[in-house]
Amino acid sequence: MVYLDNNSTTPLDEEVKKIYCESNKYFGNINVIYDLGIEARKKLNEAYDILYPGIGANDEDDIIITSSTTEGNNTVIKTFLNEFIKGNGKKHIITTIAEHSSIKAPCAYAKTFGMEVTYLRSDENGRVNPKDVENAIREDTALISVLFASNESGAIQPIKKISEIAKKYNIPFHCDGAQAIGKVKVNVRDLGVDYFTFSAHKFHGPKGIGGLYVRKGAPFINLIHGGNQMGGKRGGSIYLNGIIAMAEALKKANENLDYMNTEIMRLRDKLEDAILKIPDTKTYVDKKYRLPNSLIASFKGIEGEAMLWDLNIHKIYAATGSSCSSERLEGSEVLESLGEDPEIAHTGIIFSLSRFTTEKEIDYVIEVLPKIVKRLRDISLTYAKVKPK
Amino acid sequence: MGRSDLITGNVWEQYSNKVIERMNNPKYLGEFSEEDAKKRGAKLVVADFGSEACGDSVRLYWLIDPKTDKIIDARFKSFGCGTAIASSDMMTELTIGKTVDEATKITNLDVEKALRDEPDKPAFPPQKMHCSVMAYDVILEAAAKYEGKDVKELKNSEIVCECARVTRGEIEQIVREHNVKTIEELQKYTDAGTYCKSCVAPGGHEERDVYLVDIIKEVQEEMQKEKLNEANETEDFEKLSFIKKIKAIEEFLDKKIKPMLAMDGGSLELVDVRENGENINVYVRYLGACSMCASSQVTLQAIEEELKKHFKTEKIKLLQI
Repeated sequence: MVYLDNNSTTPLDEEVKKIYCESNKYFGNINVIYDLGIEARKKLNEAYDILYPGIGANDEDDIIITSSTTEGNNTVIKTFLNEFIKGNGKKHIITTIAEHSSIKAPCAYAKTFGMEVTYLRSDENGRVNPKDVENAIREDTALISVLFASNESGAIQPIKKISEIAKKYNIPFHCDGAQAIGKVKVNVRDLGVDYFTFSAHKFHGPKGIGGLYVRKGAPFINLIHGGNQMGGKRGGSIYLNGIIAMAEALKKANENLDYMNTEIMRLRDKLEDAILKIPDTKTYVDKKYRLPNSLIASFKGIEGEAMLWDLNIHKIYAATGSSCSSERLEGSEVLESLGEDPEIAHTGIIFSLSRFTTEKEIDYVIEVLPKIVKRLRDISLTYAKVKPK
Repeated sequence: MGRSDLITGNVWEQYSNKVIERMNNPKYLGEFSEEDAKKRGAKLVVADFGSEACGDSVRLYWLIDPKTDKIIDARFKSFGCGTAIASSDMMTELTIGKTVDEATKITNLDVEKALRDEPDKPAFPPQKMHCSVMAYDVILEAAAKYEGKDVKELKNSEIVCECARVTRGEIEQIVREHNVKTIEELQKYTDAGTYCKSCVAPGGHEERDVYLVDIIKEVQEEMQKEKLNEANETEDFEKLSFIKKIKAIEEFLDKKIKPMLAMDGGSLELVDVRENGENINVYVRYLGACSMCASSQVTLQAIEEELKKHFKTEKIKLLQI
């Protein structure tokens, strides 16, 4: 098996898994005053000792533990929806077409209450122009939300520049960081964001656990009301072994950043070079703006799902932005915006590596790909010789 | 909703073995050239159909015997996903041996059914039906080319659901017969709109000229109007045809008068209705207790008044036999 869909989710790191399982013994409720609570709180504190510096947060800021980036994103958007409903008059959200549905769907929901959303388009490198952000700002802009990098195109957004603009106009700024950790160094204070969301399963941690960074003083309204956990900001019993495992995963992700940006990037480049040797292929997004593990390629004449099918037969797992991809039936705006060639939305294949990807695996893909391309192009109408009159 | 809807993304595991087999090894993949056609004494027809909405397209090659109009061989090329390839392959096979005219009767559903492993289990999930199965359209394109016609001439413009190939007339009939008010009710009686769902309402996979929700709404409105007209006719009794007058009177006697008389153990029957100049003479016979009732004459007058009031006319005369 060659797993190259790491922007979607990653396998659990074996050492993280061990800690995750062992930490199940700290089952005591974190709120109780007796010894089991004391022990659990100690463990939570130790996890925070890793999480805070791990993303560059100050102790006066909050890192609210959530179930996922999706929950964090919802919390942020709905904070501003709630403020609007209460009558603060700020009805406008600026975001981008490249966002994940966990931003787009709550935005669409906010619109049903009368909020307005501007979706900025990205350029041929998949990047939003900070000037466009500035031009979109209005008197009643409540929030700017831009993702750190796209899971589809791998394009890294100019977050720091956008945060400077947000600061200039005194508008809260959220960054969906699902694709950031483990691929690039994240320092939320340096980035200047007010909110930053992430999920552990994107960096070899467990699923069902994530974080929402809230800079000191930024508006916040609970998404989940309940007990006094997380300072009363997110109800629900603390998922302690999940948090401990996430902290460990973050530590290891940060330790491996150099490896990711040298060795894994080299493997990515090797695969990319091999793909480009196949006739009528293209890759997108300038490498200097792209995540070190990501590669998006189009294979002329081969519909994305058909490509996934044949890759699957060879036990190679990748992703598609294609209209017929398994979960989405409409074409991908993100991919369409990448180039002059509208075919990309139907022929784009996304390969995303992880620090566990090996050279042997990449060599196997390089060996198999030309055969797959040949078989599918034999079927393809694009390559047919006899045409209708 | 329900349990099965809570697990999303299951597409490939719903493919039949036949779909998988034909995706992996399409039988009728290929092309024919003019030389191939000449060798076999056939006419070559090449036709394309593509749906831009989902990036699938298919090219169909037919070798047709010009004497019999029979498709002696066929091949295809496809740009599309696994189901598009598998269903193009099956569609191509189904056309072989048929006349061009017979081939135009092949529906998308026929192709899907031919790909099933078990008769009652769909060959692939419904959302794949639209994108991937382009049989109907490409066959029509090819037939139009062969016959030198515009494809519009062959196309039944009344078809509202292309997947199940259901016409507007059929939908209207179902709505009328079963007084259908919702899509859910409609789909108890037809497969229309259960496959790709594009034809159900705007905002689906593909844009349509007409949607099922609109047809239901329009027919319901028509039915409402008709009901109103009927009611109006009752009000305008004098303008009714003679037979309708009789029916209206009989209905009124049955529904309003007889139940009243029955409370006293009596009844009446309508014997005749006759036009007498401008007047309508209604002849009734008392039955049961009424026939011996002392106040039957008073009752007769009362009934006449009721009739006059209900039909808003002074021209009705009630007579006892």
